Amino acid sequence: MIKLNLVYLLAGLVFAAYAGLNAFDRTHPTRWRNTAFWGLVALSFLAGDRLGDLGNGVLVLGLAATAGLGKLGQAAPLGPTASERRHSALALGHKLFVPALIIPLVVLVGTLWLKEVKIGAVPLLETKQATLISLALGAVIALAVALPLLRQPLMAPLQEGRRLIETVGWAALLPQMLAALGAVFALAGVGRVVGDLVTQWIPMDAKPVAIAVYCLGMAGFTMLMGNAFAAFPVMTAGVALPFLVHRFGGDPAVICAIGMLSGFCGTLMTPLAANFNVVPVRLLELDDRYAVIRAQIPTALPLLIVNMVLMYVLAFRAHP
Amino acid sequence: MLILLGVAVVVAGFAAGFNPLLVVVVSALATGWAAGHPPLEVLAAFGKAFNENRYVTVPYLILPVIGLLERAGLQEHARDLIGRFRSVTLARLLIGYLLMRQVTAALGLLSIAGQAQTIRPLVAPMAEAAMEAELGPLPEPRLQAIRAFAAATDNIGVFFGEDIFLAVGSVLLMVGFLAQSGVSLEPLQLTVWAIPSAIAAFLVHSLRLVLFQRKQRRIPAEAAPAR
Repeated sequence: MIKLNLVYLLAGLVFAAYAGLNAFDRTHPTRWRNTAFWGLVALSFLAGDRLGDLGNGVLVLGLAATAGLGKLGQAAPLGPTASERRHSALALGHKLFVPALIIPLVVLVGTLWLKEVKIGAVPLLETKQATLISLALGAVIALAVALPLLRQPLMAPLQEGRRLIETVGWAALLPQMLAALGAVFALAGVGRVVGDLVTQWIPMDAKPVAIAVYCLGMAGFTMLMGNAFAAFPVMTAGVALPFLVHRFGGDPAVICAIGMLSGFCGTLMTPLAANFNVVPVRLLELDDRYAVIRAQIPTALPLLIVNMVLMYVLAFRAHP
Repeated sequence: MLILLGVAVVVAGFAAGFNPLLVVVVSALATGWAAGHPPLEVLAAFGKAFNENRYVTVPYLILPVIGLLERAGLQEHARDLIGRFRSVTLARLLIGYLLMRQVTAALGLLSIAGQAQTIRPLVAPMAEAAMEAELGPLPEPRLQAIRAFAAATDNIGVFFGEDIFLAVGSVLLMVGFLAQSGVSLEPLQLTVWAIPSAIAAFLVHSLRLVLFQRKQRRIPAEAAPAR
């Protein structure tokens, strides 16, 4: 059975290679800082389960200190120049799309079909993580096809991978850090306190007010916590069920579905949803750290209003 | 109320522009302190959660192959291809991508595209090339605005498509939570009500793409140095 642990091992080796490339790169502006940062990430993937909880906590402190108390630099570009790439593009043509299409194809086959395949009684892929395993598998297969097809040097994937991961930099670890912060928030009961604040101070005697409180609360709470999943239980237990469903007789299916999507409007507007709003800024080399959020707000706000109207119209239609 | 100290640390830390990794760690320690847990216990809880969430960082495994394709000229090829088809405008390209992303997400295929996978190597260069085919070479700030729009289009497509799929995390969360609260619903009852918002998202964002394109067309390309 291909388990997530195997994928973690692969990730650990790749991050260790990035650290190694930095250690041997005499021209790197922040050679040892970057070696330490990616080395710690590699350690987490390779030995995270053996470090113990406190050991992992210390590892996280190390990551934050390495990235936070100085800048993580980028190596000077090694690969071909722009005009060399243009020549290569003309020579290779549509062959370039083949590996790019293999990744989604493997994910498709993996999630729809391989998930069901069993060898004896043992499933081929760890079922719960089939998508993630398929993605890793797709990356490996695409690489195996691309190297000979595009006649690239054997060391190129690691060098180019290091170039891209250093473009993303510390932001690569932010989503995982924020997920861990969410766990600490849950432990301390942050959600409940915010929920109480909302429900205590706003009188919800009118249906439109209660709808607005629920939808805006979902969006605002999501912005503070970074994802709608943390906001949903609190806002639904605090506002949607007691007021919208029980007092005003709304349809819980409509209210919850649209409430969750109102939370997603909040996700579009917060830097705490780092995967979606921070990582692309680095990946696309944008100067404004909020460029993606700025591009999303004018879509998110009208949608939030549309959601409130939809809830008003659809949730309280006469029940048959 | 003191418990909200951690939230305040995050908001202030991000606003002041400190390194977000540092802000997150300080926020976790502050929250634990405010809730009355000893610092080492909080650090251990944070470390445990960090270790359990390693899967969040796994998708970066595709960077080596994406980088390899870029080295071989994928971005340049994508650009050339779009430049040859004059009928593919910026708005048509991104509206088409939005629709594709919403439909595939609604079928549960969230990981077949994404910021590292499709936006950086393919969609962003294509979007830039579509606009430059009309207007000529554009200065970097305008190219950045186009790239930001491409990234936004991917996010909006996934968010307002995935909730139509029966087995996605957010739908399962809703079903589980409601069952605990004594409301029993089938996933299908929830997912059908995600459809009106998904259509609205498609219309709103498509309209914005058309308006963005119109705005770009009104500003002529300045004499930018050839790249």
